[in-house]
Amino acid sequence: MNASTILDGSEASLKNFLRTLPGVDQVGAEARAAMLGTRSIKNASKSYAIDLAISMVDLTTLEGADTPGKVRALCSKGLRPDPTDASVPRVGAICVYNDMVEIGRQHLDSIGGQDLPIAAVSTAFPSGRASMPVKIHDTQDAIAAGATEIDMVIDRGAFLSGHYGTVFDEIKQIKQLCGERAHLKVILETGELVTYDNVRKASFLAMLAGADFIKTSTGKVAPAATAPVVLVMLEAVRDYYAMTGQKIGVKAAGGIRTTKDAIKQLVLVNETAGPEWLHPSLFRIGASALLNDLLMQRMKIRDGRYASPNYVTID
Amino acid sequence: MSNRIDVKKTYKLFINGQFPRSESGRVYEIKSGKDFLANPAQASRKDLRDAVTAARSAHTGWANATAYNRGQILYRIAEMLEGRSSQFVEEICALEKSTSAQAKAQVSQAIDRWVWYAGWADKIATTFGATNPVAGPYYNFTIPEPMGVVGILAPEKPSLLGLVESLAPVLVSGNTAVLVASQSAPLTAITFAEVLATSDLPSGVCNILTGIKEELAPWMASHMDINAMDISGAAKKIQPALREAGADNLKRIFSFNEKVSTQRMVSFLEAKTIWHTIGI
Repeated sequence: MNASTILDGSEASLKNFLRTLPGVDQVGAEARAAMLGTRSIKNASKSYAIDLAISMVDLTTLEGADTPGKVRALCSKGLRPDPTDASVPRVGAICVYNDMVEIGRQHLDSIGGQDLPIAAVSTAFPSGRASMPVKIHDTQDAIAAGATEIDMVIDRGAFLSGHYGTVFDEIKQIKQLCGERAHLKVILETGELVTYDNVRKASFLAMLAGADFIKTSTGKVAPAATAPVVLVMLEAVRDYYAMTGQKIGVKAAGGIRTTKDAIKQLVLVNETAGPEWLHPSLFRIGASALLNDLLMQRMKIRDGRYASPNYVTID
Repeated sequence: MSNRIDVKKTYKLFINGQFPRSESGRVYEIKSGKDFLANPAQASRKDLRDAVTAARSAHTGWANATAYNRGQILYRIAEMLEGRSSQFVEEICALEKSTSAQAKAQVSQAIDRWVWYAGWADKIATTFGATNPVAGPYYNFTIPEPMGVVGILAPEKPSLLGLVESLAPVLVSGNTAVLVASQSAPLTAITFAEVLATSDLPSGVCNILTGIKEELAPWMASHMDINAMDISGAAKKIQPALREAGADNLKRIFSFNEKVSTQRMVSFLEAKTIWHTIGI
């Protein structure tokens, strides 16, 4: 089964399908996420988890105050997170605003990071409040500048008003633009979707429309990547795989700042979608401050003493 | 009817302005002679880690508070200590085999010492700073600044006075502290923490742990985010190992002989020298 056998192209068939999705047991989801959060990961497993988490980080800077210098520094850091330790893996991708893509790409190419992807946030990020031609142009612009991953936001207003067809068509059009040149991550902004049922619906909607990844949040709205939300999305990905045989990735972004948070996410992935998803091609963590904490935990394990933020970069 | 059951106090840690139990769940027994007295928390290295994190995040605010403001807050703590003095006397009597008069003397002396250091807050820069003569068109100033996070191993006895003598000179200049209390007489330290919690000291500026010094001290010494240590209260035999463990981040490690002196304050200061051009 695939998207074309589920949907016949009409909004009615999409709505019908989303209506048949079972509701999320809110209490159950929260309890399960909390229970998985109590798992204690120690010693060798912890070392492995830290390195895995580093390789999954989408190292992000999405500030109005971003400068070319900051983006270059971020790219260098993504390629070689700890300059004193070559055994630290590089991150999954660098995530920046559109106008910084070219600067980042050039810098990465010049320091030997040709195959480190750059992700651009697109379609009027973070609000998504722009007309379709603007969103299309925004995306084309990013791809032309060298972005190989596009993080698009959905139109939450349309979704919440029940205009699923509008959201579906937008994702589809952006997916067509990306084609083979760029991976498409669809940001659901779960903090604005109100219920877990909506998160499940939006996840399926995005996957049917052609998303390669579904992503929790922009990072500009709280709450963001809470454990139950990531759990619901991982379940959706697992069920979609069972339905269609297609593996869709998940990106948790926003509010993941400590190694403990990151490892909790990895436990969720392992226990929900399965160990196959424990790979940067299927699970990413969007973060900026997290990388420093991961590096400090790594130093702690390596040196047998507590580390200091003085020994990692500020940004 | 005098068969009322006493409501006993749970002696917990003081981290980031809160009173958590040890994350390890451990306690250790404190006796007065043969009688059971209390089960204070036995802090683990993870409690120490949390305390250092709290002290680090509190440091900017405390160091940037005006000296006058720091002095006022420390003086406020002295006021609170005064109000609790009978409780301190009771705890000292129970734990240190002191007579009531000795205990009272210790408490009064501790409060007086605290006030003495509080008075220093707005005098440190003028006394230990300098205007330096230089051969060139510059004003040249040296300004004392706090070092950062200071780890303190408080003396075993006298428990309250020793704590005050090691803590006050650290806090007054704008350092934040992680203090491991007297292992044999930790109750006064926790009561002292209650004083801090009810004064205006910002959360995290002073964190107090109770537990086994020999267990916590090596982790404190090797912690890369602690800038200086007062190991006066550590057993002589473990002091060389602590100095060695602290060498990696150039931690300043001191063991003081004098009980009270300006040197104890100055030891936890860094000198910042500024060259300022004249006529521009």
